Amino acid sequence: MTSTWQPLDHFLLMRGDDCLVLGHRLSEWCGHGPVLEQDMALTNIALDLIGQARLYYQYAGARLGQTEDQLAYLRTERNYFNAWLVEQPNGDFAHTIVRQFYYDWYENALLEVLEGSADEHLAAIAAKSRKEARYHRQFSSEWVIRLGDGTEESHQRMQVALNRLLPYVRELFENQPRHQMLIADGILSDVNGLWEGTEKEMKAVITEATLSFPVAAALPARGRDGLHTEHLGYLLTELQYMQRTYPGLTW
Amino acid sequence: MQPSIPTNKTAIWQELEAIPDPEIPVVSIVDLGMIRAVECQDQRIIIHLSPTYNGCPALEVIQMQIRATLEQSFHRSVEVKLALDPPWTTDWITPSGREKLRNYGIAPPQPRKAPSGWRDETANVSCPHCGSSATGLVSAYGSTPCKALYRCNDCLEPFDYFKCH
Repeated sequence: MTSTWQPLDHFLLMRGDDCLVLGHRLSEWCGHGPVLEQDMALTNIALDLIGQARLYYQYAGARLGQTEDQLAYLRTERNYFNAWLVEQPNGDFAHTIVRQFYYDWYENALLEVLEGSADEHLAAIAAKSRKEARYHRQFSSEWVIRLGDGTEESHQRMQVALNRLLPYVRELFENQPRHQMLIADGILSDVNGLWEGTEKEMKAVITEATLSFPVAAALPARGRDGLHTEHLGYLLTELQYMQRTYPGLTW
Repeated sequence: MQPSIPTNKTAIWQELEAIPDPEIPVVSIVDLGMIRAVECQDQRIIIHLSPTYNGCPALEVIQMQIRATLEQSFHRSVEVKLALDPPWTTDWITPSGREKLRNYGIAPPQPRKAPSGWRDETANVSCPHCGSSATGLVSAYGSTPCKALYRCNDCLEPFDYFKCH
């Protein structure tokens, strides 16, 4: 199955998987948010991300002759290409916010360049998603500041979360060897080149939050190759349960 | 023999104007600026629909309503095509749509500004109930993805603000 996937299919699935997996993680907060407004905020962001995932899956599905549901519900974890960051468990509210913060800054930088993609449909998806991604980034960045510059305990929890999750961030900014042709054709751009500017902007927010930008080595993450941490399997088990148990089930 | 049913774009637009947004039924999908184009062929009607928020669950209901309404009125097959480009913006909401939102208790969106930096200023929104401009943001996310939650400091009522998009 995977042998028929072109580099663009892999990229579309990778993007869709980042959005779906993070959206699913955020949806786990439904009914558990620290206050009602934030419960609704996290689940609204989840909805946006799952909506974005659908656009990538619909595009990939049209190319591969599969439906978006088949792509979401019937691929095993080895055929999921999301980054390790987004599959990490929610942890406390600080971990959820920091995971979102790192992801939002990556996604905004990526969508900004994808908007100029030589692939018109991809460019349209990026332009549409970017408006929502901007709201997400403001939400997570403001929470980083509020909690970092908050109480002693919120500050300490935020620093722990920043330190723990930073090693996952570099994977997002790694160019994939199989995407070389896409970069050459102007469909995709050099994501490694986005790191420096994004890191600088994230640092400014973290400094404003009176927190320290961690110094940490990147993990040898290989989510883009379908190799995952233990957490993804459990997540997919829940996400895919209905289709696995009742194949072809519809609403 | 089937009676011939006049099909022209004006008639189709009129039908579309009567289709409400499922979440905010006082405004129609035309008020919201979601209909980008109407194509009328011999046996087929094609509607180009611009989705609002990517994950908005109202979209599928709207697509279904468009098909059901037009098929019943014009006895032709109806196709709804999603038009992603250019992306939908709140600037497309019609003046009468904005008035309807306000009367319903939802502050209409302000014109979109060019973004600079990551932090957009909190919109200065007038209370749709008493008109006061002494209002404050409670949460950037409200009851649906397209709305933020505000509170009026004069009449003390909470209200939704349709966010710029």
